[in-house]
Amino acid sequence: MSAIEAELDQDWVENTDKAVDPEQFLTFIMNDEEYGVDILIVKEIKIWESATSIPRSPAHVRGVINLRGTIVPIIDLRQCFGMPAIEYGPLTVILVLQVSSEKGDREIGIVVDEVSDVHTLEAGQLSPNPEIGSGSKIQCIRGLVSVGEKMVILLDMDELLTQDDFSGISEVKEALLGATNDSNT
Amino acid sequence: MSIDLSQFHQVFFEESFEGLDTMESGLLELDIADIDDEIINTIFRAAHSIKGGSATFGFNVVAEFTHVIETLLDEVRAGTRSINQEEVDLFLQSVDCLRDLLQGLQNKEEVDEAQASELRTQFEIILGSESVDAVDQKTSSETNTGWLIKFKPESHILRTGNEPLRMFWQLEALGKVRITSITDEMPSFAGMNVELCYFSWEIEVTGDNISKESITEVFEWIEDEAEIVLTSLGNDSIEQDSPKSEAIDTEASKQETLKAAVPKIETQAPIKEDKKAKPAARNAKEFGSIRVDIDKIDTMINMVGELVITQSMLGQIGEEFTFDKLGKLQEGLQDLERNVAILHESVMRIRMLPISFTLSRFPRMVRDMSRQLDKKIELVLKGENTELDKTVMEKIGDPLVHLLRNSLDHGIELPELRRKAGKPETGTINLEAFHQGGNVVIEISDDGAGLNKEKIRAKAIENGVISENEALTQDQINDLIFQPGFSTAEVVTDVSGRGVGMDVVRRNIQSLGGTVSVKSEPGVGSTFTITLPLTLAILDGQLVRVGKEIYIFPLVSIVESLSADANQVNKVVGANDVLKLRDEFIPIIPLYETFGIEPDSRHLKDSLIVVVESEKMKVGLMVDELLAQQQVVIKSLESNYQSVGGISGATILGDGTISLILDIPGVVKLAEKYLNYAGVAA
Repeated sequence: MSAIEAELDQDWVENTDKAVDPEQFLTFIMNDEEYGVDILIVKEIKIWESATSIPRSPAHVRGVINLRGTIVPIIDLRQCFGMPAIEYGPLTVILVLQVSSEKGDREIGIVVDEVSDVHTLEAGQLSPNPEIGSGSKIQCIRGLVSVGEKMVILLDMDELLTQDDFSGISEVKEALLGATNDSNT
Repeated sequence: MSIDLSQFHQVFFEESFEGLDTMESGLLELDIADIDDEIINTIFRAAHSIKGGSATFGFNVVAEFTHVIETLLDEVRAGTRSINQEEVDLFLQSVDCLRDLLQGLQNKEEVDEAQASELRTQFEIILGSESVDAVDQKTSSETNTGWLIKFKPESHILRTGNEPLRMFWQLEALGKVRITSITDEMPSFAGMNVELCYFSWEIEVTGDNISKESITEVFEWIEDEAEIVLTSLGNDSIEQDSPKSEAIDTEASKQETLKAAVPKIETQAPIKEDKKAKPAARNAKEFGSIRVDIDKIDTMINMVGELVITQSMLGQIGEEFTFDKLGKLQEGLQDLERNVAILHESVMRIRMLPISFTLSRFPRMVRDMSRQLDKKIELVLKGENTELDKTVMEKIGDPLVHLLRNSLDHGIELPELRRKAGKPETGTINLEAFHQGGNVVIEISDDGAGLNKEKIRAKAIENGVISENEALTQDQINDLIFQPGFSTAEVVTDVSGRGVGMDVVRRNIQSLGGTVSVKSEPGVGSTFTITLPLTLAILDGQLVRVGKEIYIFPLVSIVESLSADANQVNKVVGANDVLKLRDEFIPIIPLYETFGIEPDSRHLKDSLIVVVESEKMKVGLMVDELLAQQQVVIKSLESNYQSVGGISGATILGDGTISLILDIPGVVKLAEKYLNYAGVAA
């Protein structure tokens, strides 16, 4: 093998590495904070439409909508994270996510204030997720990423949305407050 | 040559289960006095293909076991052996056993070989005690210096793809082989058919430690198509000289097996118990796939073709639309509607299976049980081709079993009693399935004693279900047997009478959206009628409005709807309002309060009351308005969300919005939780 070939080979290896490694995530705004989810689980971005409410369901469950014949539950992420509720406006969108759990894949919609951007996650950019009082880590936060000036909180939707009754959510409430404080300092 | 055989496992299992069903029904049809060759052949073929398949896939337990069964069958087939009732029973047991084995293998569980080996020994005793050929089956592993094999294949052996040369090669692997060809039957050259085999051979295999099994294994695939005689070369003198000692041997081995069977008998009871517990899990896994008639698929493909044509036509109109084309557009839309409707129907039909899938196991059950109870019972099945949704079918099996057991145990009397009552000794149970409107009706009727009105009444009073001087019609009394904890059987038998039965039957059938009722006449018999919806995917619904929300009541659960007068409603202290409807007191549950939503009106006089049948009582649900009745397609909430109390599913209405379908017992539970509602007030 000639030197050039070897070099090409090397290049190729590096390129494929790059092609596999970088992960893209979609960011959205809530309460002026930016959050991100893995772009591959986002099935659809929809304008807010009213949902059929489910009796006696937790406050953060807005109801269910008809997504081309499939019944998809809608979660208000603001309510989940203990943020003040707002009027839904023209920018309010539903992100339909496909999350996987032991029971199989599920489609779940989350309501967010507005969709922001798509970023590529470079290697090493992800700082580990913050610790709360007891030192235990919150499962639903994958970590924090700084994009330029901003700080993006990368969420692990599989963890957050697949537990029955979305119990992962209450745990994240206070933790997130801590996390946002961290990012402000 | 490394084909991954596991990809064929599923097909093998399915075929084997089919084969077992064939064997079972064949065995049941079998008339011992006059054996029909065709039936024996059918059973034999089924056993043979199970054996072949399991050997191919390396399921040796199954293969070995089937082999023994097959040998016995073969003798029956050849007419060298008659068959008695015990043997038929043994065959039936082995069918069960094989089914368990295969089930175990399919689910990749540890298989319990104990039962198989026990049955196998029994077969071997039968084979050994009467037939000299059974030496073949004796699991002799004695070693000697060699074997003389006389191998005379039937002339068509080559047509079935078997090549003797390959077998010789295999024998060569065992030891030194000397082959003599016998060409006595060779016809003249002109008379020869190229496809036939005229040779037979004498083969001497010599070597150390050649077991008989290893040789029979070589010929395993063609032993039915060839004459194979094995003679031991080493110690043949002993074997041939003393056929008596052979017989003694089997006698001895019989005793041994008896001994071995003793501890097993003790364990038999729990095994049977296990079996009863199993079927539920079993059924769940069994129908992983579905066999669909080719004509159903053809209809569907045709419809899809039509749909594509209609779509392209509409597309064309849409591209350059002017108002004078409106008529055409409407026409096209009508076509589309019709096509979609037909397609919908044919897709639904795919899930429909003939009810015989469930009914086919009943003749066996009736046969076994009537023997157990010393009764003479004939089961007549009608309308086995009635089609029913796969899901409904899976769930209706157990209730049907229960009803049938009930008729067997309580319904049909013992032969003497029947004779005294002037009825034929053999009782008849009719099981009939048919379509009626959008429903499937299953009727189980017996010509037995009928329900004992007095006994039921007495029992009901004893249990406090009714009061002593309550006047009930015949039908109302009969209906009492569906109450929890109700059994009038004087003795609790193995078959029925634990009193958990009929209410469970009713609950199961209700959970399928069906109903069950009973008609009975003393001395003439009883008839149980089950009405089931054709499919679980579609439901007849009543749309109701509460505030801004639209909910759907399953139409079957609605008794009546009315607007209540104030004087019909009584306030009960510390509980909810009660509606006096004719002779009944019906608790009223305001749906808005139960669900925590905002209604139009909180007052009874502006609202409507829908009286529905819940699990054990009637309740009146307060709603704002009744809307249309329509068929709705049920969609699961659980697939993407979770189960919700009071809601059984959702559907999509014509305008694309979602409406929730109520689960009436669930609503009552919710009401109990949120309204401090304390059960039946009456």
